[in-house]
Amino acid sequence: MKIKAITLAVATCATFSAQAQISGDTIKIGFITDMSGLYTDIDGAGGAEAIKMAIADAGGNINGKKIEFISADHQNKADIAASKAREWFDQQGVDMLIGGTNSGANLAMAKVAAEKKKVFISIGAGSARLTNEECTPYTVHYAYDTIALARGTGGAIVKQGGKSWYFMTADYAFGQSLEKDTSEVVKAGGGKVLGAVKHPLSASDFSSFLLQAQSSGAQILGLANAGGDAINSIKAANEFGITKKMKLAGLLIFINDVHSLGLNLTQGMYLTDGWYWDANDDTRAWSKRYFAKMKKEPSMLQAADYSAAGNYLKAVKAVGTDDSDKVIAYLKANKINDMFTKNGVIRPDGRMVHDMYLMEVKKSAESKYPWDYYKVVATIPGDQAYATKAETKCSLWK
Amino acid sequence: MEIFGYPLPMIMSQLLLGLVNGSFYAMLSLGLAVIFGLLNVINFSHGALYMMGAFLAWMGIEYWGLNYWAMLILAPLMVGVFGIVIEKTMLRHLYKLDHLYGLLLTFGITLLVEGVFRSFYGVSGQPFQVPEALAGATDLGFMVMPNYRGWVVVASLVVCLSTWFVIEKTKLGAYLRAGTENPKLVEAFGINVPLMVTLTYGFGVALAGFAGVLAAPIIQVQPLMGQNLIIVVFAVVVIGGMGSIMGSILTGLGLGVIEGLTKVFYPEFSSTVVFLVMVVVLLLRPAGLFGKER
Repeated sequence: MKIKAITLAVATCATFSAQAQISGDTIKIGFITDMSGLYTDIDGAGGAEAIKMAIADAGGNINGKKIEFISADHQNKADIAASKAREWFDQQGVDMLIGGTNSGANLAMAKVAAEKKKVFISIGAGSARLTNEECTPYTVHYAYDTIALARGTGGAIVKQGGKSWYFMTADYAFGQSLEKDTSEVVKAGGGKVLGAVKHPLSASDFSSFLLQAQSSGAQILGLANAGGDAINSIKAANEFGITKKMKLAGLLIFINDVHSLGLNLTQGMYLTDGWYWDANDDTRAWSKRYFAKMKKEPSMLQAADYSAAGNYLKAVKAVGTDDSDKVIAYLKANKINDMFTKNGVIRPDGRMVHDMYLMEVKKSAESKYPWDYYKVVATIPGDQAYATKAETKCSLWK
Repeated sequence: MEIFGYPLPMIMSQLLLGLVNGSFYAMLSLGLAVIFGLLNVINFSHGALYMMGAFLAWMGIEYWGLNYWAMLILAPLMVGVFGIVIEKTMLRHLYKLDHLYGLLLTFGITLLVEGVFRSFYGVSGQPFQVPEALAGATDLGFMVMPNYRGWVVVASLVVCLSTWFVIEKTKLGAYLRAGTENPKLVEAFGINVPLMVTLTYGFGVALAGFAGVLAAPIIQVQPLMGQNLIIVVFAVVVIGGMGSIMGSILTGLGLGVIEGLTKVFYPEFSSTVVFLVMVVVLLLRPAGLFGKER
């Protein structure tokens, strides 16, 4: 009896101490993203590789506890993302989840992570709801959001003199909110919105919509769409000579899109990005390592995947435990300084605030080497790019 | 002058653009109609083969140093050969079974082909320039028409009408049609019906490949490009009447125009209007506009 009691006491102590340090004796990072659909190139396997690089850079273990990594494809279905996240937290002992592309999937994963009290870092989702209506103590929204895209592109272009706008908007939640947010910024900056045409998602042809845009006489054509729709819009805009009269402003264009279109079609276009591989020596050094593995330059999302995993591991090492509350507290208390951002701050609502950049796509003649695509036209300071305390709808930041 | 509050030049330009898009619908639905009319196969892999045509054209230019014009001939030929292999090795065994088996097989082929291209090339798409001879645009007064789009209309009309002519008006076409109605009897006259069927399938899918090459400079060349189009094209075939050659050509062009006008009057509805037309046509004429009741 006595022995049994002692064993129990020892066992209990052991359990407690393990909980205070590293649960399950490993630090396990999960990554759920689109690995087979339309968003694979901007994140996907490249994002997984970036996280693996972060783990390798952390030495593969923290104080002798191994760092493990698993990834899954959510196929752009929110229910798959949520059930995978639940399974990983419950059965696989995942300590931190990185959410790749797709806002719907990320909102679903954020809910599960909050319920399980696990750290959730969303990288690829655009929806600002993650840190507004649906903010949680465990969600960190890392790379960008639709508010920053709208303020970046909208605000900066108006300052550059692009006062009259026409929007070509994908007719669903993402496109509409992007159009609305950007319109507000344009009007606030003294610009005018002359009109908008809403096209169905994955429309077969954009020439009709473009002719309507052209007849508006606006200076700037705002593309409130993404992926294939944005690419087909840009192709048709060139074909119909619209780019000679109007300047295109892509509201969500990734470097992969520019690469796929080529500079002939994209030159002179404005877009907002949170990170560029060729920005400085740090980004170039990291991108060189990434390129050696993936044979492509990384997008903002892939760089953010690396940075998020790296900073999480740094936090675990600093606090000596993978306990979610302690790690989150550390992340929110310390600035992020790495190749992704300088002096990045994670606010109480979970928004990682960092500078954004208004880019102009280079002309073919200005591009000196492969993937030499952008000129930085303006830096948008983080505190102006994202929602402010006065605007937030997050109860954690009031 | 205005129509329903819209300026006339705008309406005219939308009509013309509708005709351009209609040319694609016509060419793709023609291939489906030929295959269904003569083989009774619902070829669900049409979208994937259209994508393959576009990709082969891109590869020819990128890797093999050929130009657009060479690939306009070569890519459909290669797609046709691929189709012949499918027909010889797989499709052939399904003729005696229900239509659904052919549909399932070709749907499976679609998934395979798209999956293979996706794993090699990703989904961002490949850059594809308009050929130099057709670059630029012509001012028609009411609109500026890119020369390339004009070429698309001409090329597709020539291909569609020649196909119709061969099948409906020549001796070869008569053999083909007779071969579908009564293969045993036609074979008795010394005609190799299985070979004819194989070549017909090859030709039908080559049409898809041809449409793919024509589309490459206009639409993002990426592995899933056929997916959005194929559903609309099936609707076109159903509206025109399954298996009707002229029906599919006229319906394709007509629906392109209707869609174009919808883009002015009610843009949000433009991808749905085709299906509305389909519902109305099926209620009034279940066999389609040009189909014959069997």
